[in-house]
Amino acid sequence: MDKHNTFEYLLRLGDNALILSQRLSQLCGKGPAMEEDMALTNVALDLLGQTRLWYSYAGELEGAGRDEDALAFRRDAHEFRNCLLLEQPNGNYADTMVRQFYFDTWHYFLIEGLTRSSDARIAAIAEKSLKEVSYHLRRSGDLIVRLGDGTEFSHARTQTAVEALWMYSGEMFAYDGLDQAMVAAGIAPDGAELRSHWLAHVGSIFKEATLTMPPADAWMQSGGKQGRHSEHLGYVLAEMQFLQRAYPGATW
Amino acid sequence: MDSIDSLASFTPAQVWQWLGEVADPEIPVISIVDLGIVRDVQVSADAVCTVVITPTYSGCPAMQVIADAVTEALRAHGVQQIELRNQLSPAWTTDWMSASGKAALRGYGIAPPAQQVIDISGLQRHAHGSAHAAISRSVPAPQVECPHCGSVHTTLTSQFGSTPCKALYKCLDCHEPFDYFKCH
Repeated sequence: MDKHNTFEYLLRLGDNALILSQRLSQLCGKGPAMEEDMALTNVALDLLGQTRLWYSYAGELEGAGRDEDALAFRRDAHEFRNCLLLEQPNGNYADTMVRQFYFDTWHYFLIEGLTRSSDARIAAIAEKSLKEVSYHLRRSGDLIVRLGDGTEFSHARTQTAVEALWMYSGEMFAYDGLDQAMVAAGIAPDGAELRSHWLAHVGSIFKEATLTMPPADAWMQSGGKQGRHSEHLGYVLAEMQFLQRAYPGATW
Repeated sequence: MDSIDSLASFTPAQVWQWLGEVADPEIPVISIVDLGIVRDVQVSADAVCTVVITPTYSGCPAMQVIADAVTEALRAHGVQQIELRNQLSPAWTTDWMSASGKAALRGYGIAPPAQQVIDISGLQRHAHGSAHAAISRSVPAPQVECPHCGSVHTTLTSQFGSTPCKALYKCLDCHEPFDYFKCH
């Protein structure tokens, strides 16, 4: 397998985890309840740990001397490969949790597929991450049911979030040439298969949550994986990268 | 070891014993060996001591502290050349925690993992349809025993506690809150 392709694919995996981790960290100390605050930051921590594993491997494959910190702090927005869903603002708690649930469902099936990757290092990282990712999904699914099947107010807000974020869900399964090459090499799982698992799980949770699922064939936004981002990512990076930009190489 | 082809003045068994005295930085009543994160110890003929450790959670902030503590403990016993290796696969599970470690946790007020870890892959194959048991909402919650009064009449307050490896529970009999070391 072409090393450069695997490097690019690893950036996608790492960038998704890092940008969502950063978004969740922004809620540290601001969660709607103590338990939620701890959960958000613990999920952020798990994702950050996974980011480090993906980036370290990416840096080694690239062989250009970039380590995990260089990849996180010294790339600009157009060099990030995360899906647009993950850079969307935290909004209200329904927005935060619907974003999380869409991602967690995809992440679970993706990571589960990656445990059988032909790349042994990717399979090992996936095996390590799978239990964390399953736990995240159980939690976000529970919360979607609680919010959707809660009060009239929480139901309305959650339904609005479900519809507003829906157009960002398709990008996770929209496989471009790079993704296809990964599937062909036995490194990544098939996108159509992930999508059918995703639709089934999201559908069953929405049913329990009394939420209406938007049409599966709705128009979907894309571009994040190729480096075309919304304006939100620039603000996320400005906050996350400030210190290393202002004081390059600063350490604790 | 008085073998002429080994320069090492210590054996892997001794190293295991020394590591058994290194406490987990967040749960000081349990050693890193009892916790099951030391996977392997090797001593080479030229006295290089290799210790293989595995993280409990990929984002565990204690890993660096643990690596430093291992190095420090071995240095204190005169080991000069230390090589630490991080191993991800097979992934750490709470099953690797020793029985004495679990007892120490209980004594410290933390409920130890309540069930043997189930092989997720096996469940997925046997689950009906495409349902993945690991993420199913219908899988019953583990029965967690209160470390204070021993009652199993307990309830989950929060899926996450003071560290990523713990959840918060409360006892419905003695009404005390407690940490539960999650099953993974």
